[in-house]
Amino acid sequence: MPSLKDLRIRIDSVKSTQKITSAMKMVAAAKLRRAQEQAEAARPYSERMNRMLGSLAEGLPTGAGGPALLAGNGNDNVHLLVVMTSDRGLCGGFNSSIVRGSIGIIRRLLDDGKEVKVLCVGRKGRDILRRDFRSLILDTFEEIGRKSLSFADATTVGNRILSMFEADEFDVCTIIYNRFQSAMTQIVTPQQLIPFRATDSHSSEGEDNTVEAEQSEGPKAVYEFEPDEQEILEDLLPRNLSVQLFHALLENAASEQGARMTAMDNATRNAGEMIDNLTITYNRTRQAFITKELIEIISGAEAL
Amino acid sequence: MADTVEFELVAPEELLFSEPVELVVVPGAEGDFGVLPGHSPLISTLRTGVIAVYENDAVNRRIFVSGGFAEVTPERCTVLADEAVALETADRASIEERVKADREAVDAADEADKDNAVSALAVSEALLAALDTAGQA
Repeated sequence: MPSLKDLRIRIDSVKSTQKITSAMKMVAAAKLRRAQEQAEAARPYSERMNRMLGSLAEGLPTGAGGPALLAGNGNDNVHLLVVMTSDRGLCGGFNSSIVRGSIGIIRRLLDDGKEVKVLCVGRKGRDILRRDFRSLILDTFEEIGRKSLSFADATTVGNRILSMFEADEFDVCTIIYNRFQSAMTQIVTPQQLIPFRATDSHSSEGEDNTVEAEQSEGPKAVYEFEPDEQEILEDLLPRNLSVQLFHALLENAASEQGARMTAMDNATRNAGEMIDNLTITYNRTRQAFITKELIEIISGAEAL
Repeated sequence: MADTVEFELVAPEELLFSEPVELVVVPGAEGDFGVLPGHSPLISTLRTGVIAVYENDAVNRRIFVSGGFAEVTPERCTVLADEAVALETADRASIEERVKADREAVDAADEADKDNAVSALAVSEALLAALDTAGQA
C-alpha cells in the first residue's frame, strides 16, 4: 500500500495537470472561435471565385485543349499529395487521422504502380509519415499560420505547387485536410486540385446552394472577356489554387482547435475522476492507519 | 430598370464592400471601365489601380486594389481583389513604412526572390501614389 505522502504527491501532480489541460481547453476554445470567424469571412471570396470559374468554363471548349491546370497534362503517373497537419500536438486524433487517411491513399497509389510524392504542411504529419515513407517526402512547410493564417501563407504553398507542376514534376495534385464539421467531428477530406475538379468541397455549406440557385434562375449570360478567355483563365487558375488551399488551411486550423478543445476537455474530466479516486484511496489509507494505531494501543493496554 | 448596380468587393480574407451604387469605375487590365446598371456581361482581369465608387455624380469612395478579377452582369459588379485598401481610412505612416520595408526586401532578396520582392514594392509604391492623388482630389 502506498504511503500517505506518496498519495498526496500524486494528487497534487494530477491537480496541476488538470489545471494545464483546462487552461489549454479554454485557449483552444477561443482560438476555435477566431478560426471559425476567419473561415466564415473567407467564404464569399471562394464562392465568387467558383462562380466566375463556372462562367468561364462554360464558354470553353470541353475536353482536351484547355489550360493544363484545368484539363491536366494528360498523364496520371505521378501523384503529389499535400498532407495538411498541425505543427503542435496534444490535439487528440487530429493528426493521426489525417496521416492514416494519407497512408491509405499512398499505399493504394503505390499498389497501382503510380509514383507518389508527398509535400507536408505542418510538422506533426511529417514526423509520422517519415517513419514509413521517408523517401517520398519532398519538403515540409512549418509554422504556417503560427500567428494568424493569412492568404499569403496559402500563396506560398500554392506557388511551390505551381512551380513543381510547371517543371513537370507531377501530374495530379491532391490535398488532404480535415474538414471542420463540429468541435467533436472532423472529416478527413482528400480534394483533387490539379487537374481542377469543379468543387464539391462546399456542398455541405448551405449558402453555396442559394448562390447557384440564384445563378440558374437568370438567363444564361454571355460574357465578354477582357483580355480573352485563355488569358483570364491563366491568371485565374493559379489564383484559384491558392484560394482552395487557403480554404483547406482555414478548415484545418478550425479542426485542429476543435480537436484540441475536445481532447483537453476529456483530459480535464479524466483528471477530475482520477483525483476523486485518489482522494478516496487517500482517505481510506488514512483511516486504516488510524485504526491500526488504535488496535496497537488497545492490544498494548490489554497486555498489561 | 433599377438605377443602381450591386457592387461587391471581396478580398481573400473577407467581404469588404457590398452595397448598391450608381456607378463604379474599375481599373481593367485593358483600361478603366465604368459600370452602370445594365452593363453587358463582362469578365476582366484588373491591374493595380484605384476603384472609384460614385454617388450623386461625385466620387464617394476610393479603394486601392493591387490586382484581381472583375465579373460584371447587368445587375451586379463583383470584384475579386488580391489586396484592397480603402484610401479614406488608410494610414499614411504605415504605408510609408511598408514601402520602406519592401525596398529593403528588394535589396536583400537573392535571385529567386527578386521578382516577388520587386512586384511587392511596385504594389506598395502604387498604393502610396494613389493615396497622394486621392489626398489632393
